Amino acid sequence: MQNHKKYPPTPSQTVGPFFTIGLSSTDAAGGLASPVTNEIAGEGEEIRIRGRVLDGNGDPVPDAMIEIWQADSKGSFTNCEFMGFARSETGAGPDHCFQFKTIKPAAASNLEAPYISVIVYMRGLLTQAYTRLYFSDEAEANSKDIVLSQLSEARRNTLLAKSQQAADGLSYEFDIRMQGDRETVFFSV
Amino acid sequence: MTSIDWSQHPPFIYPDYKSSVLRGPTQSMLDIGALYAKASAIRMGELSGSLTDRFVPGEADHDLIRNAQQGGAPLGERIVVSGRVLNQQGKPVPGVLIEIWQANSCGRYAHKVDQHDAPLDPNFRGVGRCLSDRDGSYRFYTIKPAAYPWKNHPNAWRPQHIHFSLIGQSIDSRLVTQMYFPGDPLLGFDPIFNATPGSAQERLIATLDLGITEADFALGYHFDIVIAGCRATGQEEKTAESRTATNAES
Repeated sequence: MQNHKKYPPTPSQTVGPFFTIGLSSTDAAGGLASPVTNEIAGEGEEIRIRGRVLDGNGDPVPDAMIEIWQADSKGSFTNCEFMGFARSETGAGPDHCFQFKTIKPAAASNLEAPYISVIVYMRGLLTQAYTRLYFSDEAEANSKDIVLSQLSEARRNTLLAKSQQAADGLSYEFDIRMQGDRETVFFSV
Repeated sequence: MTSIDWSQHPPFIYPDYKSSVLRGPTQSMLDIGALYAKASAIRMGELSGSLTDRFVPGEADHDLIRNAQQGGAPLGERIVVSGRVLNQQGKPVPGVLIEIWQANSCGRYAHKVDQHDAPLDPNFRGVGRCLSDRDGSYRFYTIKPAAYPWKNHPNAWRPQHIHFSLIGQSIDSRLVTQMYFPGDPLLGFDPIFNATPGSAQERLIATLDLGITEADFALGYHFDIVIAGCRATGQEEKTAESRTATNAES
């Protein structure tokens, strides 16, 4: 690939324990809330995503930040009318869950299943970690997906969000395991 | 190829930084570009889209000296922090949302979890935001943060620092980092700073700059930030640039 990276990137550093004052849309007082919220609006099927971040002891992390980025309901990442980026903190909700309200993305190509890109940040994490959320109720698309089909079943399962029909509509449960037998697959992008 | 360059970024697990031990991933990361190698026509979501100029901060958000005043000025040393956001080809990146947060001049964050016994400043929140402008430049007015103790090890103190978060064109450019101050004697004792590969550490330290300094008002610090995420081909890069230019004109 033709890349002329003359300039090395500025090194990453942890978000630390106090990031919500600067990065939350709900925690910052005095009109200084972040414009990045935990909701994505657009045409399509409305869904909710919730989950926990679990550390090496299996304990939920109360001070993690999760960001998501997704295509719209037609599978486009470049729709100017659609902002497919959002952020949520595990400290904001009950049970140390992150929570998003969004719309279900469509597959971006016929070699891919629908997915949402996920970025994990927390105190103790010096460099952000990228993963992806795929939908458990898209079994056929998942079986042909260019990423999932190259993973073992155990590894693939770490990327599947479980669908649940709740009173307030379709929701998906997606726990992120930083370590352990079922450590989530993380990607270098 | 992979865009995470471990010669430039701190590792997931760095035992001197205690909380990394249970929180950093242990398995090696999968190179998602390699998984897509068979389908080079597909542009992965992580490299797609345009997040620049999409999130708009308030007009005074960049001025932390004034954006939280409640009838008085914040205490401490006023400073200006300014620089440019560049990509790895050295080109300026406009429209990047830069969000910063920091402790006050006593070493205390305006955060409920911060229990350090140092005073809060009612006129200072320590939160700021701006977009990089057409030549990638940004400028914050703030108060120099103080060092503060933390629980990582006995008598542990964080060096003075400002947290930075940047959202560039696509999510592979996402960067969260910390800016340090030149000559801080605490740097050598800080496991977060020390986790950074040695040759990369100096790029986390701002430089005192009399050109940025505003006479009779505030010392200036220069801090350029290089973000990843420029793996477009030459043609794609041109298209992205003309799109940015069109956005800026409309």
